[in-house]
Amino acid sequence: MKRDIDSGQVFTRRAFVIGALQTGLLTVLGSRLAWLSVVQGSRYRVLAEKNRINMRLLAPARGEILDRNGTPLAVNAQNFRAILIPEQTDDLAAALSRLQKLIPITQRDIQRVMKQAQKSASYAPLEVKENLTWDEVSLIEVNLPDLPGISVDEGQIRQYPLKDATAHLVGYVGAVNKSELDEDSDQLLSLPNFAVGKSGLEKTYEDQLRGTAGAAQDEVNVVGRVVRELKRDTGVPGKALQLTIDAQLQKYMQDRLGQEKSASGVVMDALTGAVYALSSSPGFDPNNFTRGLTPEMWEAMSDDPALPMNNKAVGGLYPPGSCFKMVTAAAGLETGVITENTTQFCPGYFQLGNATFHCWKHEGHGTVGILDAITRSCDVFFYKMAVDIGVDRIAKYANLFGYGQKTGIELPEEKSGLIPTAAWKKNYTGESWQPGETVVTAIGQGYNQVTPLQLAVMSARLVSGRMVSPRLVSSVGGVAVIPDKWPALAVRPRTLAVIREGMNRVCNTQGGTAFAARITDARFLMGGKTGSAQVKHMTRAERAAHQKNEELPWNLRDQALFTSFAPVYNPRYACAVVVEHGMHGGSAAAPIARDILFMTQQRNPAGIEFPDVTTKEG
Amino acid sequence: MAGSIHIHDGMRVGQKIGQLDWGLIVLLAVVGCVGITALYSAAGGHLAPWAARQIVHFMLGGTAMLIIALTDIKWWHRLAYPLYAAGLVLLVVVWAFGTKGMGAQRWINIGFFQLQPSELMKIAVIMALARYFHAAGGRESRRILFLIPPALMILLPVGLVMLQPDLGTAMMITLGGAGMFFIGGAPIWLFIGGTAAAVAAAPVAWHFMHDYQRQRVRIFLHPESDPLGAGYHITQSKIALGSGGVNGRGFLHGTQSHLNFLPEKQTDFIFTLWCEEWGLIGGFVLMGLFALIMVYCGWIASRCRHDFGRLLAFGLMMNFSLYCFVNVAMVMGFIPVVGVPLPLVSYGGTAVLSILAGFGLIMSCHIHRDAKLPRM
Repeated sequence: MKRDIDSGQVFTRRAFVIGALQTGLLTVLGSRLAWLSVVQGSRYRVLAEKNRINMRLLAPARGEILDRNGTPLAVNAQNFRAILIPEQTDDLAAALSRLQKLIPITQRDIQRVMKQAQKSASYAPLEVKENLTWDEVSLIEVNLPDLPGISVDEGQIRQYPLKDATAHLVGYVGAVNKSELDEDSDQLLSLPNFAVGKSGLEKTYEDQLRGTAGAAQDEVNVVGRVVRELKRDTGVPGKALQLTIDAQLQKYMQDRLGQEKSASGVVMDALTGAVYALSSSPGFDPNNFTRGLTPEMWEAMSDDPALPMNNKAVGGLYPPGSCFKMVTAAAGLETGVITENTTQFCPGYFQLGNATFHCWKHEGHGTVGILDAITRSCDVFFYKMAVDIGVDRIAKYANLFGYGQKTGIELPEEKSGLIPTAAWKKNYTGESWQPGETVVTAIGQGYNQVTPLQLAVMSARLVSGRMVSPRLVSSVGGVAVIPDKWPALAVRPRTLAVIREGMNRVCNTQGGTAFAARITDARFLMGGKTGSAQVKHMTRAERAAHQKNEELPWNLRDQALFTSFAPVYNPRYACAVVVEHGMHGGSAAAPIARDILFMTQQRNPAGIEFPDVTTKEG
Repeated sequence: MAGSIHIHDGMRVGQKIGQLDWGLIVLLAVVGCVGITALYSAAGGHLAPWAARQIVHFMLGGTAMLIIALTDIKWWHRLAYPLYAAGLVLLVVVWAFGTKGMGAQRWINIGFFQLQPSELMKIAVIMALARYFHAAGGRESRRILFLIPPALMILLPVGLVMLQPDLGTAMMITLGGAGMFFIGGAPIWLFIGGTAAAVAAAPVAWHFMHDYQRQRVRIFLHPESDPLGAGYHITQSKIALGSGGVNGRGFLHGTQSHLNFLPEKQTDFIFTLWCEEWGLIGGFVLMGLFALIMVYCGWIASRCRHDFGRLLAFGLMMNFSLYCFVNVAMVMGFIPVVGVPLPLVSYGGTAVLSILAGFGLIMSCHIHRDAKLPRM
């Protein structure tokens, strides 16, 4: 019995030791659990969320581009893509060949998909083909049960309904390249299939059109497979652009310019600067760029001497020729070198020192004043006053009328052109300015280089007396951006009136260089100025041989220019047209400008009132 | 009266049922329900594949527990050594012919059933030691020579289990046996010396460890150093425990377990899953339930009037608590990942069966607390 009691005592003592040990362990473990879940709880909660949540960027809808009446010029269309999910098919090659029997797939695409499949997770969808047609989509959908792993998904693609008519103006979007990726920190650029503006307004307004990335929060499991979508923030869609452009007019202008081999033109509001149409021909279909250009298409465009990819209306540089005479006239009248009563005798040439400068009219114009000199485009009248005005004062007025600098139109392709000064030449060539150079500058030859848009701006400023600059965008995201009033032009109204009258006579009097191309409808009469600018300096021998323009190769023929406005007695629309190597401004460029101005006034986007003409037409 | 085999039960079955520990049975059932709830969640809100089968395990195990509890303690006293011997034989068989799984040879495949002899051995060792120390009656347990046979009783199965190799189970059997030595009255210096020897032997043990075992120890020491590799388990388990906070993520809403960031969520890491969804409160409730079971068993042991029952009940309780502590400490990153399930909660047929069998023995000790057992 004693032994039993003894063992019982030992047992009890030691059982208490064990119990104490257990209590201690339980306390330690309980504290540890409390430490993890209370003190460190929030940290671990963050880690758990990081574990499970995967952020996926969502591309916002790109802002649409509309004309002044709401006609879409750039929209987002559905892009149907054939998608293959490798894990849903047991044989990748077989799945692709089954699909190939339904829709055409190139061998290159098949190899690309097979290669991608090896690198990516088996649940990740692979794009087999995009831009499926409706027929292709329905073919796939109908045969889906026989196409394990294949599905059709819908993305967005940029579309340009007016095709080539707005190609230069609106521009186009394309895949992100490396330098864009380096310069722009927006995460959206790293999305596959994401496109950014490459030219035109698409490029200038990239930031506004793009919008802000949305994000989807996906719950993923330990191998990264998406279990479900937790949250979706669609982001902010890009802002819509409303343009000052009139789509009908734009289309008309594109077609009209297309009758020439290579031409460009602008029609704008002389008062507000709103551009109603601006185009360059030949154009190209920007939809080919978003859909993927074939090498053949690319080659055809790069080899075309008419440069279809260039926006010649803002980026083409031409000697202004006689269109520049308005600048020289304004400079002469404003500096007092001539008055509106000054006359000169034109024998057909002008002698300065040893140099002889010919008038375009070999036999001469006889005695002419400023109005006649403009109307009949007498070179000698301008040669004579240019020597007294001097190149720098001519340049000052050229700049006032918008030459030699960018007009500020919202197109990245715009060029500033060139208006020479003595300092410019010294700086550029190291040589001094020669008086003879002033003479050729006065008639828009020599170093002068202008864009068709600048020609239109000059007319706009001449008729409005304001420092009008062209604008294409009237509102961004519904907020108007056009300034309603431009500052006054620092030229006396009388000077402008004289020049305007000269331009009226160019078109509307017998003997005017554009009389043949005038608008005959008395409501819509236009005023303008022709220009025919030499591309090639003619040698004395060639001049002696009277080599005809028509006998020269196309790319050596004179450039044909025309700058104009309408209606002539209450001008509101300014228009310029350049026909590359069209030879004569009066016969090549003026008829196009006439048609455009006629159409513009008929459509009348500015909403002006035309004179009620009851008088008989001549 | 030493040597007499006169033991008369004297109790009818009806009386015995009245003597059953209904409180303990309710506690076990509640913990079982916690486990089934967790398994239901582990399967993403489905009874298949774990919860439904765990219910079957509990029904089978519960029946076995009641039969064992109602069986006269004298039979368990008599069967202690034969069962131990059978366990040893099975361990030899599994070593020779067993099925390989998870890099170790642990199971005997007998058609419909996967027998894991080491599970049986955990109980058999405690029964055998209880009988041995019962025979000694306390006094002799201070003699070293007297302690050699029970030491061998522990070392033989431990050696065989290590051959599988299953270091975790071997250590659990060793610790369970050491506990029996302690309450059996072995001298205190033995434990101090033993601990010192274990520390000294650690480098030697390191030398004999398998690569995956060494890797586990390394990772335990620096879990964050290898977040995507093998240290992943501990890191993810801590994230799950911590992210539960006080109130938990809610039933069926534990992201770590449902999205498979948590490994082995239905077995070794089920405590983590439970705490992720039910929070600190749920964790404390479960730990409290375990504590109550331990106290209850300690009380049963203290009420027992024979050494065999006392030692057996307390030994089994210690073994149970050892599993609880090791599992919970493991998922919290206190000790290396050793592959020890949480008793009554983790999924597993053999484990539930052997645990409930152990509680059957404890209850048998209570029902037959006044039995007279021979000192042999």
